[in-house]
Amino acid sequence: MNAVKNFGPKELRQIVLSQLHGLAPEADLSTLRPHDDLRETLEIDSFDFLNFLIALDQEVGVEIPEKDYGKVGTLAGLMDYLLVRLPEAT
Amino acid sequence: MEWQPIHKSLAALQVSPNLVDYVQSCRTFDWAQVHRALTGLPDGQGLNIAYEAVDRHASGPRRNHLALRWLGKEGEVRDFTYASLAEQSNRFANVLCTLGVNKGDRIFVLASRIPELYIAVLGTLKQVCVLCPLFSAFGPGPIEQRLALGDGRVLVTTERLFQQRKIAEMRARLPTLEYVLLTDVPAHLDSSVLSLPQLMAAASPQFTIPPTAPEENALLHFTSGTTGKPKGALHVHQAVLFHYMSAHYALDLHPDDVFWCTADPGWVTGTSYGISAPLCHGVTLIVDEAEFDAARWYQILEEQQVTVWYTAPTAIRRLMRMDLEPRQQYDLSHLRFIASVGEPLNPEAVNWGVNRLHLPIHDNWWQTETGGIMIANYAAMEIRPGSMGRPLPGIEARIVELLENGHVRVVDSPTVEGHLALRPGWPSMFRGYWHDEERYARCFVDGWYISGDLARQDEEGYFWFVGRADDIIKTAGHMVGPFEVESALLTHPAVAEAGVIGVPDPVIGEVVKAFVSLKPAFQPSETLRLELIGWGRARLGSAVAPKLIEFQDNLPKTRSGKIMRRLLKARELGLPEGDLSTLERSAEEAESGATDAARSVLP
Repeated sequence: MNAVKNFGPKELRQIVLSQLHGLAPEADLSTLRPHDDLRETLEIDSFDFLNFLIALDQEVGVEIPEKDYGKVGTLAGLMDYLLVRLPEAT
Repeated sequence: MEWQPIHKSLAALQVSPNLVDYVQSCRTFDWAQVHRALTGLPDGQGLNIAYEAVDRHASGPRRNHLALRWLGKEGEVRDFTYASLAEQSNRFANVLCTLGVNKGDRIFVLASRIPELYIAVLGTLKQVCVLCPLFSAFGPGPIEQRLALGDGRVLVTTERLFQQRKIAEMRARLPTLEYVLLTDVPAHLDSSVLSLPQLMAAASPQFTIPPTAPEENALLHFTSGTTGKPKGALHVHQAVLFHYMSAHYALDLHPDDVFWCTADPGWVTGTSYGISAPLCHGVTLIVDEAEFDAARWYQILEEQQVTVWYTAPTAIRRLMRMDLEPRQQYDLSHLRFIASVGEPLNPEAVNWGVNRLHLPIHDNWWQTETGGIMIANYAAMEIRPGSMGRPLPGIEARIVELLENGHVRVVDSPTVEGHLALRPGWPSMFRGYWHDEERYARCFVDGWYISGDLARQDEEGYFWFVGRADDIIKTAGHMVGPFEVESALLTHPAVAEAGVIGVPDPVIGEVVKAFVSLKPAFQPSETLRLELIGWGRARLGSAVAPKLIEFQDNLPKTRSGKIMRRLLKARELGLPEGDLSTLERSAEEAESGATDAARSVLP
């Protein structure tokens, strides 16, 4: 079980961007727009994208099943998806 | 674990398969039958892939049959009948004529799976130019290198790739590259960067394919080598005989099929079976622009009523990760035959197909050089999970041992591992490596083409993949040459040495990993690791760049200073390091240019 933390949208965004930076360090993430296709814009292949979502799960405790990968293809989509599913802080 | 063979019942098959009795089909096979199945250019003017794929249907009863359905990322659909595909490819051929592009000139295409790419491919073949596809996830390095090696005269690409891959910059170093045609700009940028839509609109929809000798060059596919530059495998127009015939037997294509080949035309599967073969059969071809997405893929199978599906182990293993019963959630009742290629399909995946899709998955084996499927599992033949199957009718495959004296000995006893070799002569066999006759000659020993793959054959004649005979990395179904990756890393100011290997991965086969030693002034750090990852990606593109970087002082080297990739790999995998003198000799032979095939192989 992952540690349950109290993430706000800001912290969450920071975690997501930091993970993306690890995959595509050469990319300028400040130019990434909320509805850009993450894989296309950052040139992340499906293998890297898979590992990205697994790493995110480990950090924020939200498992994204393979069938939902289509919903988390943009920064906005991913944030929305995660925010409603974050484990409650106890 | 022993995997049970999967038996087939002819009575249970929805459609009578093209190959019913394997042994009988091999015995009675005759190339003349294949010739008769194709049309040839009118008035005996030769044999042209694009004519067989498109024009002969466009001028016959299949004229209004759906040839290609394109599914855009955002849900758009574009349909092309055989007649419209003929017209569009005629326009493209006329564009090439207008630009003064001649027979034999190399036309490169660099794009994701968009309709314009398919039209350009067919139009190029009509004008009897040589088509060279580039994978769109290549970075500027691999693109420039291939354009230079292949003396590209025209590049067809999109505005985004033109910008992101810095094509304008590299043009100064590519004197033969005369034109860049952009598929998605409304107007010409200058006198050599042109709007393809503008040119197409002005071009005539009529075109007569010039006489095409069956041995005329048609396709140039670059593939990675262990040392040095990528190799450009050249195929000729009569390869179409084999495209047609192999899809008949190994993909079991029937005229009313809806066929989906998920491979990208940047790789040979995406041209031989993603364009040529299905169109030659007059079927409906599905093209999906989007990258892999499990739910989307099941939807496509359902909504497009796909009957024959040719995909890859990487994708199948991703689908296996989804904990669902696809047959309950999706209507896959039209799906009849599934085949897989790119790397060996593990037995678990074959059986997952049986249990979850209610269809076995038919693995097959071939490579860029062979131009088409050589060894396959067939609709009506028993499957032995994990085996690549048996050679196609007309193909002779054997296991051979490479002898010290430079000759080969055919291995007659079953289950002995050796080099997988093919008897040359089939129509889609490569006819050369571009500008590298010597390397081509080295692939053939005593009348055998030595594939570079190691395999064994069981008592019943089924072939089983064992491994590569060289250091080439197979990742997500495509080949990466370690040398190309090492060379890119060495251009970084901190890097002293680099050794690149493939590390086994359950989903994509192998992951590219680089071992890097640093120059004295530099220290390993997370920042530097990320910088090197980014460095590789920016130059090589995500398809080739290393995903893992490990800093290591003093990489193992031969006496002459060559990095011993095999030792790096043995250590990484925790395998016995073996006889170091053999490792050294092996690396030195490769370095000295001793026959690629006759390299020592560790047990």
